[in-house]
Amino acid sequence: MLRIEKLNFAYDDLKVLWDVDLEVNEGEIVTVVGANGAGKTTTLKNISRLEKPGSGTITFEGRDLGRMQPHQVVEMGLVQVPEGRRIFPEMTVMENLRMGSYVKATRPDRQKNLDRVFGLFPRLREREKQLGGTMSGGEQQMLAIARGLMANPRLLVLDEPSLGLSPLFVKNIFDIINGINRQGVTILLVEQNVYQSLRISHRAYVMETGRVVLTGTGDELLANDHVKKAFLGM
Amino acid sequence: MAVFMQSLLSGILIGGVYALIGIGLTLIFGVMRVINFAHGDILMVGMYLTYIAFTWLGIDPFVSVLVTFPLMFLFGGFLQKVFINRVLKAVAQNQILLTIGLGLIMSNTVMLIFTSDYKLISTSYSSSTLKVGGGVSLSTPLLVSFLITATITAALYWFLLKTDTGQAIRATAQDREAATLMGINVKRMSIIAFGLGSALAGTAGALIAPTYYIFPQVGSVFTLKAFVITVLGGMGSVVGAMLGGILIGVTESLSAVYISSGWKDVVVFVLFLLVLLFKPSGLMGKSRT
Repeated sequence: MLRIEKLNFAYDDLKVLWDVDLEVNEGEIVTVVGANGAGKTTTLKNISRLEKPGSGTITFEGRDLGRMQPHQVVEMGLVQVPEGRRIFPEMTVMENLRMGSYVKATRPDRQKNLDRVFGLFPRLREREKQLGGTMSGGEQQMLAIARGLMANPRLLVLDEPSLGLSPLFVKNIFDIINGINRQGVTILLVEQNVYQSLRISHRAYVMETGRVVLTGTGDELLANDHVKKAFLGM
Repeated sequence: MAVFMQSLLSGILIGGVYALIGIGLTLIFGVMRVINFAHGDILMVGMYLTYIAFTWLGIDPFVSVLVTFPLMFLFGGFLQKVFINRVLKAVAQNQILLTIGLGLIMSNTVMLIFTSDYKLISTSYSSSTLKVGGGVSLSTPLLVSFLITATITAALYWFLLKTDTGQAIRATAQDREAATLMGINVKRMSIIAFGLGSALAGTAGALIAPTYYIFPQVGSVFTLKAFVITVLGGMGSVVGAMLGGILIGVTESLSAVYISSGWKDVVVFVLFLLVLLFKPSGLMGKSRT
């Protein structure tokens, strides 16, 4: 579904991605784990065309993203929920959700998608008229994911969804991600919570200093000595 | 008391037009974070369009708004697409230089065509008044222009709050990158925002054309006024710009009556400094932390 080949990227003189290869197949949950600065978020920014790669190709469902504007990527059903939630702070929960289905092709499904996300996150229905900026971190994360779902994604890209959440809520978020995947949405997840994310992943990649150093199924990586030592403290 | 009511009401009426100028500037700043130093010159272009429509085609200044608004929208959209979009990521000084330069080109082009002579639009109602009772009478053109202003502001408010495009403009203003990830074409939103901002400034120009001198450098007065209004109200806040506009209008009008018309600008700037002293982010602004 998504295929990244030999992606190289630099911020001015600082090279941050070296020959990154990554693939996501339909129906999977694929996780990219790695420490801060490993290049995970930069990879995602390249996928969403917020950054333009130095070299390499990214294709989604066989179509080259290289010539596309960021909003065209969303129109194809590749939707990213950015790190730090990035809720529109001075818009209500409902307005934030409406913006999620801004893409014209998804507007006819707006009501259906609203029902769907309110089913997943009943809390959001209660907070419908509240301003996004006044909600708690956990609620904002729910809203950010819900807003992403409003765009009818076929591939939902989640950047650090568990960051800054209470431990109780972290478990909750991973259950929700799993649930969304079961509804037929393919998921590409970037996480620092290695244990929880590998547990729900079909496949995963480990990134270190801008390179993919390890790849395998979630279970394989959980059992891998390097992963255990570097990320799980075992 | 009648004198007070009279000047208060006149102040509110002229403040409505000021609000229109301020809303345009604040909309542009909110979406692009670009300070538009050509704002007054854009207003001046609107004045000359009205002048042309009136003297060459015999169209009433207030009716000409129907033409001025869309023309100025296209003009602003063109400026954004061709010039401003290129400097969105540049440092603030470059953006300022660009908008100042665009303003100079506008005022000098107009001077080439129309010379720097003062022009006047005198309509049958230019100096007519309407008695509203209690010894208070209001200038008819001011009253009409206020009604037009109120209609446009209400329509704009509805557009920004209720339509998908309006909401997308607000989303772009609040978080450009997140808006991009929603599939919003932020460059297009910028073009619409600059177009709207210019249309509002141009319309304000059309509305004051019947009661003001028209000359190529008239823009600088209004650029300054627009800044005072938006900074007073809080940069980026539409409601703040409305409040700021009305407040400046009332202050000018009251101080012209009770102090002297030569001192009204002094009073306005003193008020401006006081607000900034006690609330640096403006009346409706949020402090940036």
